[in-house]
Amino acid sequence: MSVNSDINKLLKAYKKRHIYLDHAATTPVDPAVKKAADPYFTEEFGNPSAFYEIGLKAGEALQDARARVSKILGCSANEVVFTGSGTESDNLAILGVARAKGRGHIITSAIEHHAVLDTVKHLEKEGFTVTILPVDKYGLIDPAQLSKEIKTETILVSLMYANNEVGTIEPIKELADVCHKKGVLFHTDACQAGGTLPINVKKLGVDLLTLNGSKIYGPKGVGCLYVKSGIKLEPIIYGGGQERGLRSGTENVPGIIGFAKALELAQKNAPEENKRLIKLRDKLIKGLTKIPKCFLNGHPVKRLPNNVNVTILDVEGESIILFLNELGIYASTGSACTSKSLDPSHVITALGLPYEAAHGSIRFTLGHSTTDKDVDFVIEVTNKVVEILRRISPLNLNSDEIQSGRGSIHYK
Amino acid sequence: MPIKIVKNDADVSANNNRWVYSSSVKSHFFHPQNLVEDIKKFDESKYDGIGVVGSPACGDMMKLWVKIDKKNDRIRDLKWQTFGCASAIASTSMLSVMVTEKGGMKIENALKLKPQDILARLGGLPPRKIHCSVLGDKALRKAINDYFRKSEQYKRIVTEGFVVIDPDTKITDKDIEEAVLEGADTIEKLQRKLKVGINDKKVKAKAEALMKKFMEKYYA
Repeated sequence: MSVNSDINKLLKAYKKRHIYLDHAATTPVDPAVKKAADPYFTEEFGNPSAFYEIGLKAGEALQDARARVSKILGCSANEVVFTGSGTESDNLAILGVARAKGRGHIITSAIEHHAVLDTVKHLEKEGFTVTILPVDKYGLIDPAQLSKEIKTETILVSLMYANNEVGTIEPIKELADVCHKKGVLFHTDACQAGGTLPINVKKLGVDLLTLNGSKIYGPKGVGCLYVKSGIKLEPIIYGGGQERGLRSGTENVPGIIGFAKALELAQKNAPEENKRLIKLRDKLIKGLTKIPKCFLNGHPVKRLPNNVNVTILDVEGESIILFLNELGIYASTGSACTSKSLDPSHVITALGLPYEAAHGSIRFTLGHSTTDKDVDFVIEVTNKVVEILRRISPLNLNSDEIQSGRGSIHYK
Repeated sequence: MPIKIVKNDADVSANNNRWVYSSSVKSHFFHPQNLVEDIKKFDESKYDGIGVVGSPACGDMMKLWVKIDKKNDRIRDLKWQTFGCASAIASTSMLSVMVTEKGGMKIENALKLKPQDILARLGGLPPRKIHCSVLGDKALRKAINDYFRKSEQYKRIVTEGFVVIDPDTKITDKDIEEAVLEGADTIEKLQRKLKVGINDKKVKAKAEALMKKFMEKYYA
């Protein structure tokens, strides 16, 4: 059979599905969330700062949402600041602490989201000093190594709760404890964790914590930052003084109410839903890694319940994604070809893997809509797509060599 | 509890029409032309020249084989294999069509083929994907040079006109062109990639001017 006829056969063999497996990018809004937010678009549209009835009603709804979020976080309501996104919360936490202190040393890790990494790198230009911690081959940050890197000038440590690309869950409590022993503030970006992992800030021991709506079946355009009482932050947005002066701008009332509802639902359903997701996740990992020269990225167990990230050698991620797209499967890749910067995934390379491994990496992130049948289908067609693309490819890389971190040809 | 997103057929078929690239790219990606169908059965010795460019680390690599119509000095056949994204696969496929159609391209014309010629036939690519289409013409020139070498037509071998820009690091205009195609759009990014003009302001200015020239050429 020729490659062309095999492609035709594959594309015609199935009715186009709708299998969304990019929940780490964003989630659909839960209908219950939409229902909760709906009245605040047109009916209860008042400005929460106003003194008349419709303003007061919006204000009460806002405070109610704040109280509900603080209950889940295990903090007091005035420690919750609503923002416009997870990125904004990260920026407020990092720039806020740094600029309030004026100078000092900041520690972060090599696998952070760009919302943290680029913010920290920007502060380097403003005269702050920065240490970027490496991770081990699973993506784990070592608390002992963090301890060694903390200096007397260190003002802030920002380390993510769970990684968005490879799903590794960091030992947040231990990392926070290390910081507190040395009197350093600890921020965590918990955007990927908010939907599935415990987020009680007291139990985690964090001083600042970022969440957002669009990863937890809530609305886009809303995030939140937990700021432990007593921590001084310099705002990054100035104006009407909303959110205790930390985030000026009329509050996104429907978004915030939707966010509170989404967080409640996610946390309530997590114990049961996680069991279901982990079963599906492990089935998908098992099925995909049966493909020759395909291996798992990230930690096998300390891993988000919905994250599958594999590298498939000799084929390029974008090609796989576009074939899967044609069959109605939506996933993402760490290949350079799909990144805006044209750089391959900084997370995959931080695991000690060469560029070749990043170019062939595929991430499937499962969600509420994912079924057992979906997983079977994805395994079946990914096998076929890889078989076709390998016949088009001139490569034959050595998997052991790649997994031990040696690329056959180095990036120029 | 699971949220089911119900999509009707109309929605699905509407989605079918949304694709990130041109229909020509899509067509070549899903129907690659002149591909080596089975490398195990492929008889390399029937071909007159081989060209390989790119690397797996860069995310694009291409190998192509040419057969020459020696009497008419034309390309009679071209077969290829590509590792890369849709743009890379489609542009190799398009290149193979361009040089073999209408009785085969004259070698002198094939040597002059530019990435822009392939791009035009593909109906364009998004700006940041243009670098994925620049390997084909280079692989073709390498394969033709390989043919010249094997057939002892040494005088015809084309050594591309490199101009050394930085005498310290031997960076050429070609290197700068490739860096621009790989995304360098500021002198800082260019220097990060190439270490050009680090100790010499004049060289740095020259490199920056060249970078702007290539940016104009590819992205204007």
